Amino acid sequence: MATVASSKSITVTVNGTTYEREVPARKLLIHFLRDDLDLTGSHIGCDTGNCGACSVIVDGTLVKSCMMLAVQADGATIETVEGLAEDGELNELQRSFNEHHALQCGYCTPGMLMSATALLRANPSPSEQEIRKALQGNICRCTGYWNIIEAVKAVAK
Amino acid sequence: MSVETASEARASAVAPERVEAPLKGWAGQSVPRKEDKRLVQGEGLFVDDIKRHGMGYLHFVRSPYAHAHITRIDVSAAEAIPGVYGTLTGEEVAALTDPFFQISSPPGAHVKDYALAVGKVRYVGEPVVAVVAETRELARDASELVEVEYEPLPPVVDARRALDEDAPVLHEEAGSNLMWTGVYEWGDVEQAFAEADRIVTIKELHFHRFNSTPLECDAALVEYNRGVGQWTIYTNNQFPGFAAIMMGPALRVGLDKLRFVTQDIGGGFGNKITSHPQLVVCCLLARKLNRPIQWTEWRTDFHMSMSHGNERWFHDTEVAVKEDGTLLGFRTKALDDAGAWLRYEPLGGVIWAQVTPGMYRWRNIRLEFTQVATNKAPVSPNRGYSRMQHLWFTERVIDIVAHELGLDPVEVRKRNYIRAEEMPYETPNGCVYDSGDYARMLDLALELVGYDRIEERRAEAASRGKLLGVGIGSTLDSGTNNFGQSRLINPELQFSGNNEVATVKLDIFGEIVVTLGTTPQGQGHETTAAQVVADILGCSVDDVHVRAGHDSYWNSHAGFSGTYASQFAVTGLSAVKGATEMLAAEIKKLGSVILGAPEEALELADGTVRVKDNPEAALPFMACGAIINANNAGLPEDLDVTLNCRYVYRPPFQPPDVERKYGNLTLTYAAQVHVAVIEVDPETGYYEIVDYAAVDDCGVRINPQIVEGQVMGATAQAIGAAMHEAFEYDEEGNLLTPNFYDYHVPHALDMPPLATGAIESPSPFTPLGTKGMGEGGGAGIHAICAAVQDALRGHGDAIVWDSHNPYRRVWEMLQHPERTRELVEVKAA
Ligand code: FES
Ligand code: FES
Repeated sequence: MATVASSKSITVTVNGTTYEREVPARKLLIHFLRDDLDLTGSHIGCDTGNCGACSVIVDGTLVKSCMMLAVQADGATIETVEGLAEDGELNELQRSFNEHHALQCGYCTPGMLMSATALLRANPSPSEQEIRKALQGNICRCTGYWNIIEAVKAVAK
Repeated sequence: MSVETASEARASAVAPERVEAPLKGWAGQSVPRKEDKRLVQGEGLFVDDIKRHGMGYLHFVRSPYAHAHITRIDVSAAEAIPGVYGTLTGEEVAALTDPFFQISSPPGAHVKDYALAVGKVRYVGEPVVAVVAETRELARDASELVEVEYEPLPPVVDARRALDEDAPVLHEEAGSNLMWTGVYEWGDVEQAFAEADRIVTIKELHFHRFNSTPLECDAALVEYNRGVGQWTIYTNNQFPGFAAIMMGPALRVGLDKLRFVTQDIGGGFGNKITSHPQLVVCCLLARKLNRPIQWTEWRTDFHMSMSHGNERWFHDTEVAVKEDGTLLGFRTKALDDAGAWLRYEPLGGVIWAQVTPGMYRWRNIRLEFTQVATNKAPVSPNRGYSRMQHLWFTERVIDIVAHELGLDPVEVRKRNYIRAEEMPYETPNGCVYDSGDYARMLDLALELVGYDRIEERRAEAASRGKLLGVGIGSTLDSGTNNFGQSRLINPELQFSGNNEVATVKLDIFGEIVVTLGTTPQGQGHETTAAQVVADILGCSVDDVHVRAGHDSYWNSHAGFSGTYASQFAVTGLSAVKGATEMLAAEIKKLGSVILGAPEEALELADGTVRVKDNPEAALPFMACGAIINANNAGLPEDLDVTLNCRYVYRPPFQPPDVERKYGNLTLTYAAQVHVAVIEVDPETGYYEIVDYAAVDDCGVRINPQIVEGQVMGATAQAIGAAMHEAFEYDEEGNLLTPNFYDYHVPHALDMPPLATGAIESPSPFTPLGTKGMGEGGGAGIHAICAAVQDALRGHGDAIVWDSHNPYRRVWEMLQHPERTRELVEVKAA
């Protein structure tokens, strides 16, 4: 059995709010976000880092937050799905997901939105193939991806 | 008819036009979903999002053996850890609960199924002990300190060996591994074979084990109210009606003690119907430890233990055919592998009969169905449940017959499809196909892939060294079950018909509030229900508030409430329609009193009840709600108006004839015709789908965009199943694909170009002309199997005999076509 003793105090800024928390060294970032900060928008769909439901942006880089320990995020700036809407208004990408019916159960959606956000920041005019490639780390079991790809395409410049 | 035609990459990708002011009404428009606003902001409420003060996290200790006696369990080391709240063992479960009610007649009826393994384990991953602790991590760690001693037994993994004399027996009480068997025969099979010109025999076909693996695993948060003895079960179980019937007797309580609450569910596809054993464990621990219990399944746990789709073998198939390709009938022996427990089974032993002849006119059919237990995870419904297996079989038969007799698969289909003018069509076993035009759908699908140029393309692919293949999958999505069909499995059962409930009310400030008994997992019920309500009440969809999810406290559920088996557009929306019409009538009654005009002179429009000829004389809904709920003095004593209406929709069914195994088993028959065009690399067996068309007919579409979304999802799952996904076991009963690392589900890069099309053949049997849809009948699996066989035509002529064709299998078929050729034979009759 692993030892559970060691814990550490960390400071993270999530969607503009700074939190200081004591966390066990073994705690995954996704569990920290969901359980400790109650930011339950990011989800968990696997235990092997394959599904991308937990995708968030850490210091500008897209990260699967189940593949990172919370203590590793000490000092980081994190963006999650809860931070996408601007003043309570859906942003363009979120609206596009709605218009293109790019979600059904919505469980993969936060991760998809974060992956697409990271893509569009790095490459505002991605080709369809680039979109597919950028989303290949995100599993969706409901939509077959076609509408997701269209939704991202529609906001590409 | 609407056809969306191909643009370059993704064919029907044009976003449906946004609806501002509907001309004819809300129904029929692609209204963007109301659910999305919360979901795109991460504000959905999935079970694992719910927290309670002092809750304990549950982790299951699972069996490492496929088959073993449990000789000793010691939880003391785990319980000694600070922060561990407690444990539950099979022994306690056996003392505190009764075994789950079995659907089966004997021998399956004798199986004793408890929420945790009692005395013996029967598959790798079976829950043996539950541990509850202060944190997820601690619960997991502590479960490693639980000592379980096993005495391993030999397992039976291959269903074909399960009935061997020397096969290890899973359930001694049942006597052998035979769980259920029955013979179905309709028409005059002997005569059909006597009249046949040719008899095509197929020794063995295999439909493989997989499931839809919803992205969210099973979960629950369970609280126990000691004072009233009631559990509140926040869960993502998708069929609370069924869970309640299973759990109440097991826990020895009435159903009112089980309150089910769901909101957002991260995909279900049938796989979340049979979580009742785990929910019982949560209930027992919530009571034992006197604290809320949180259980979220890990992905690997889900793969190892939950809801695999039915694996099925078809043996000794014989098909009676006329020279011209007219099909007269078939006989076969279906062997279904239930896995270790009958959690919803053996219903799969009858559900297939909803689509006995597939889409075809043959009327002489014999099928011997046998279901056995094996040391693998228990099966339960998976999108297309049991019909998909059977429809795959009928489609395989069609293509193998065409292949062996040198006939064109398109022509054979058209010759044998049930015709539009024969609708409603009564099948040999008494099911009534309500409407449809299969030949037209096929034409449309072929057009969408450019079938007229296919030989040109085949030659062009050949010039690049590729083998091009085209395959058709034509299937049915039967919906709205007549649960009376369960009596064909067990005549003692007292189930029949179906039902769903909706309430619609007008509240004090004019709010229109709808509740449903359904448990949507992405099907957009809030939106489509609002569309139906808005049309009847003459208001906007934005004015209609449909409560998210299901809550037993709303009193808007009945015995069959839930979201499963392609039925919402019939059961759910008919209930909504019924309740809203009641409300509309009440609003008019009240309007008549207040406005002093006869009810016939009134109409509902713009959120008011008003006098048709004098729209100025109007009473806003807000006033109606306020008068009835809060300002009702002086109203006529006999005014029978509550503005809170509950309607139970009950489809028109009779119990089936058990002796003849005859009767209408489902109300509606949506249809799908898919066509896949693939290119195979003959060197490696690698293949790619280069074109794909899906044509759907689900009668009247309330929201075409949502319907198309369901078609796409079902297509993607079928592609995954056909090419990549399989729950494969080794000889010891170890699952080789226990997570997304090994179990490859399609990714964005895997998706082929897709063209969708639709026709609408309204159902004459449903209040809105709708048909349930969404499961899709596995059309993509059938189409891809057919395409592989077509590609290999003239290159060894392998017969595709398995529903799962990863590249290595295609390579094997190219290398050793003779191994599959041995399976078929054509005899002159
Ligand atoms: S939960 Fe992080 S990748 Fe699946
Ligand atoms: S919308 Fe359900 S997993 Fe993507």
